Amino acid sequence: MTLSAYLALALILFCIGLYGALTKRNTVIVLICIELMLNAVNINFVAFAKYGAHPSVHGHVFALFAIAVAAAEAAVGLAALIAFYRSRKTVQVDEANSLKH
Amino acid sequence: MMNLAWVVPLFPLGSFILLLLFGRRWKQASAYVGIAATFLSLLLALAVLVDRLGGSTYEANWTWMTIGGVTLTVGISATALNVWMLVVVALVSWLVHVYSQGYMAGDERFSTFYAYLGLFTFAMLGLVLSPNLLQAYIFWELVGLGSFLLIGFYFYKEEAKAAAKKAFIMTRIGDVGFFIGMMLLFWQTHSFDYDDIFRAVGDGTLSPGMTTLAAILIFIGAIGKSGQFPLHTWLPDAMEGPTPVSALIHAATMVAAGVYLVAALFPLYEASHAAMMTVATIGGVTAIFAATIGLVQTDIKRVLAYSTVSQLGYMMLALGAGSYVAAIFHLTTHAFFKALLFLAAGSVIHAVRTQNIEEMGGLWRRLPWTAPLFLIGALSISGVPLFAGFFSKDEILAAAWTNGPRLLFWLAVAAALLTSFYMFRLFFLVFAGKARHHEDAHEAPASMVAPMLVLGVLSIASGYMQTPWFGSFLGEWLTDGAYRHEAAPGWIVVVATIVSFAGIFLAWLMYGAQKMPRDWLSARVPYVDELLRRHYYIDDIYRLTVVSLVSWISRLLAYVDRFLVEGLARLAAGIVGAAASAGSRGQNGQAQTYGAVTVAGLAILVVIFALTGGYWL
Repeated sequence: MTLSAYLALALILFCIGLYGALTKRNTVIVLICIELMLNAVNINFVAFAKYGAHPSVHGHVFALFAIAVAAAEAAVGLAALIAFYRSRKTVQVDEANSLKH
Repeated sequence: MMNLAWVVPLFPLGSFILLLLFGRRWKQASAYVGIAATFLSLLLALAVLVDRLGGSTYEANWTWMTIGGVTLTVGISATALNVWMLVVVALVSWLVHVYSQGYMAGDERFSTFYAYLGLFTFAMLGLVLSPNLLQAYIFWELVGLGSFLLIGFYFYKEEAKAAAKKAFIMTRIGDVGFFIGMMLLFWQTHSFDYDDIFRAVGDGTLSPGMTTLAAILIFIGAIGKSGQFPLHTWLPDAMEGPTPVSALIHAATMVAAGVYLVAALFPLYEASHAAMMTVATIGGVTAIFAATIGLVQTDIKRVLAYSTVSQLGYMMLALGAGSYVAAIFHLTTHAFFKALLFLAAGSVIHAVRTQNIEEMGGLWRRLPWTAPLFLIGALSISGVPLFAGFFSKDEILAAAWTNGPRLLFWLAVAAALLTSFYMFRLFFLVFAGKARHHEDAHEAPASMVAPMLVLGVLSIASGYMQTPWFGSFLGEWLTDGAYRHEAAPGWIVVVATIVSFAGIFLAWLMYGAQKMPRDWLSARVPYVDELLRRHYYIDDIYRLTVVSLVSWISRLLAYVDRFLVEGLARLAAGIVGAAASAGSRGQNGQAQTYGAVTVAGLAILVVIFALTGGYWL
């Protein structure tokens, strides 16, 4: 019962993140949405670590890893965004299309 | 030395390769490479000849490849005939190499010319050393390639290009016959070796019908190469090549390869009366046919070209009449005097810068060396007594009288009359009469005169190898002592002499002394004159029949190719192209679209998994 509640929360959070990542045109919002998706995953890790079939500390460790990687990703993403802004004077995702065809 | 005979062709090959690599750098010095290489070949060939004079045939074979139960070999065979041809080819080739140094001087592609000459000489020397048909065929084609390259040497001239193609294609037609004949022999005897084939002919493994068929098919190859009727039309056109080439390839050596081939396969031909008759008839017809065309030509080289065709006909006639020795004897003397005539003609062209004999005249004083040398050549080919051509032509006439049909004998006599007439028509038109604005005409450099001098001496001396008076050295050697002089009636010599003097006298009347109007005959029978001027319309007939037929077929095939084959190819390319452009439209650079598509794909997969309950494979 408790596990399902956590999973439902994570699912809702993930879907919100996915929706935002795929539809928003501002790159900053897209990056924030990706963070949402990562955090939804972290909730799953921690929930399974506590209430799963074989509770163990592995889930906590994975969640910590994911947070660290997410921080790094946010840093790289923002750096790339600034470089993109300098060259194009815009932060709109749909204008970053030089690699088409 | 005979075991080293295989080295003889390698010198010109080396010269060819060296000149191909460094010719552009060496420029005019390329000539020395070619001359040195052929001189070494000549020396070695002479050493082999000396060895063979006292010894017997040397033959060596090496395995080339084994396919199933069949072993193909390559090797050399130093029979008397082969060694003799080796010396003749090496000698004429060397002289032409020397001559070309003067004649081609200043040409932009001087080194290329020498490279091609080297390639040709290599192929020709290789051909005359071959112990089997396959090897002969390979060199036979290489010789054709050399000829093609050299006829087309001035490739920026349309005529030269067309002539080169014509020569290649027409000889190819003959080569198809040669190839089929060779394959027939291989099918029947399981060997390409001359010796095995002759053994099969001897012990009856080869049925008489098959012998005749194979012999005639191979003779078709010889017809193509030796410019015999009806595949002769390429040879006069081949005169578009440089004159030394005409002397070497289209007079002395390559065109004689057909005669050599029939001679090398002589036991095969001897076994079939029908094949012998074919050879004799084609030869006799060609001799008179080409001689009549030679009467009216106005291009100095074309007169000589038709004369070559006619003389090759003589050689074929001799072979067909069973006199192998007479044919090779005439081949040798002809190689010398016809090379001399061509080189002298080259010297004339060099001096007056035209090939039209109507525009020449009075050059006797201007060319003090060339003129007498040309006269020697003309006397020799006309069969004037004491010159080489007299002895060899007499030998052929004797053979034709004893073994051949009477008609062919009289054709040969008539051709001899015409020969001396057109040769002296040429001589009087070019050298006699009054000079026609060639004040600047002067004698060629020494490098051109010296080879002509050597050939001039040979045009007289080579006749004494085989005379009724001093014995038949050549015949006895070529046949290993089995030779017997044809017991022909003595009046043949008299007839031959009378005929040759009659031709000269007639030419002198018309063109020398001008006591007889030139159009005395052509005014009376204008049709004949026109017929001869148009070379019996042979070219026109070919153009209307074979050429137009082939071009219609090829035009049809071109349409099939353009619309059917190419259409299918275009369809396939179009389908792939359409698929690619549809795919590339999805590649729009929007990362979010890609993400959405990925998520949709994932969703579909999840639904499928959910419906089927997991792994269904």
